[in-house]
Amino acid sequence: MDQITFIFDIMVPAFANGLLITLALVAVTAPIGFLLGVGVACGRVYGGKGLSWLMQLYTIFFRGCPLLLLLFILYFGLPSLGIVLTPFVASVLGFIFCNSAYNSEYVRGSILSVKEGQLIAAKALGMTKNQAILNIVLPQALRRSIPGVSNEFIYLIKYSSLAYMITVIELTGASKLIATKYFAYNETFIAVAIVYLALVTITTFGANALEKKYAIPG
Amino acid sequence: MALSILIDWFPYLFSGIVLTLGLVASALIIGAGVGLPLALGQVYGSLPVRSAIATFVWFFRGLPVLVLLFLFYFGIFPALGLDLPAFYVGAVVLGLWGAAYQSQVFRGAIQSISEGQMIAARSLGMSRFQAIKSIILPQAMRIALPGWSNQYPEILTESSVCYAIGVAELLTRSSQIVSQTYVTMPIYLACAVIFILLSYAGTSCIHMVEKKIAIPGFGPGGS
Repeated sequence: MDQITFIFDIMVPAFANGLLITLALVAVTAPIGFLLGVGVACGRVYGGKGLSWLMQLYTIFFRGCPLLLLLFILYFGLPSLGIVLTPFVASVLGFIFCNSAYNSEYVRGSILSVKEGQLIAAKALGMTKNQAILNIVLPQALRRSIPGVSNEFIYLIKYSSLAYMITVIELTGASKLIATKYFAYNETFIAVAIVYLALVTITTFGANALEKKYAIPG
Repeated sequence: MALSILIDWFPYLFSGIVLTLGLVASALIIGAGVGLPLALGQVYGSLPVRSAIATFVWFFRGLPVLVLLFLFYFGIFPALGLDLPAFYVGAVVLGLWGAAYQSQVFRGAIQSISEGQMIAARSLGMSRFQAIKSIILPQAMRIALPGWSNQYPEILTESSVCYAIGVAELLTRSSQIVSQTYVTMPIYLACAVIFILLSYAGTSCIHMVEKKIAIPGFGPGGS
């Protein structure tokens, strides 16, 4: 088989399927991971002692536990407790836990960077604490967290490759299968590397544009 | 019952911990050893050197560690005729991956030293190399240390990906114990706790070093 048929008849269709799964993993994880991260951050900053401690435990565990191990726990471990997840659901759950734990740290940092006086002023104007957080603090804090959160989004694209280890045939999985089947390791892995680099580079430009668009003037 | 299995298998698990720490230590050493010259090249090098280094950094930061491991273990090293054991491949890949990140930490630190110091050193008759070695780096390294130490927990968690190429590190050992004993959750959770403790212990050690070598009145944000 010559190189051209290998690339166009075998590599391209397999990579296209893999890329779709990778993008699906990222698209499902990113919004949930972000919202959960904001929730965890708010719980840590504004919650009572118990809640704040619980949220801290959450971040320590999910940041310290290697993602691959977390996926093993969800996919191989949970069935022993009677919970059976499909590989895709298990990977998305694992990514959400990991992503939200890291995002919560960025958001927490940016919440703390908004001056406390603003919260007091909002309350003095008759807002409830929830209103003040929602309308005054978060709109500023979330803008400041864009660089960190978008960085984490880029990490998410990269670590979505770990889903292959629990049998989700995404981009990395598709390339590994082809490489092994046709014994073309260098060609296939270099090709998949180019796809990842393109994804990450495009996302970086997008993130920079987003950061500029939502920058607080002054 | 789960506890007795953990105790029985602890020596086996412990050899995994040793291998994990070996991976992390060699990756950190390679990372610093390669990352620092890269940073110097990026600050003081000529345009071709700078763009070559920028490409290296872009490549290693843009790819998942899993893809890098596959690429080097199955592709590049065998194509070069190197038949390296998985542990060495893991250490080299993690090291180069870390070097790409660490070079940015070092570069930021070097650039934070005001340019006047270099000019002053040159006007005192020092060569460029002497000035970098005796004036710039001693300050830059101290500034870089907090950022550099963030690499430790990151490389520790990434080292578990070496499972994919069969390095017998902590996660691999834990999975093997799981498939031998059919006890899943306790083993995996123990593995997670060990990882978190290793991360915490290592970070505390680095913080101690940081305090020890700090110069009073000099540090990130100070000077």
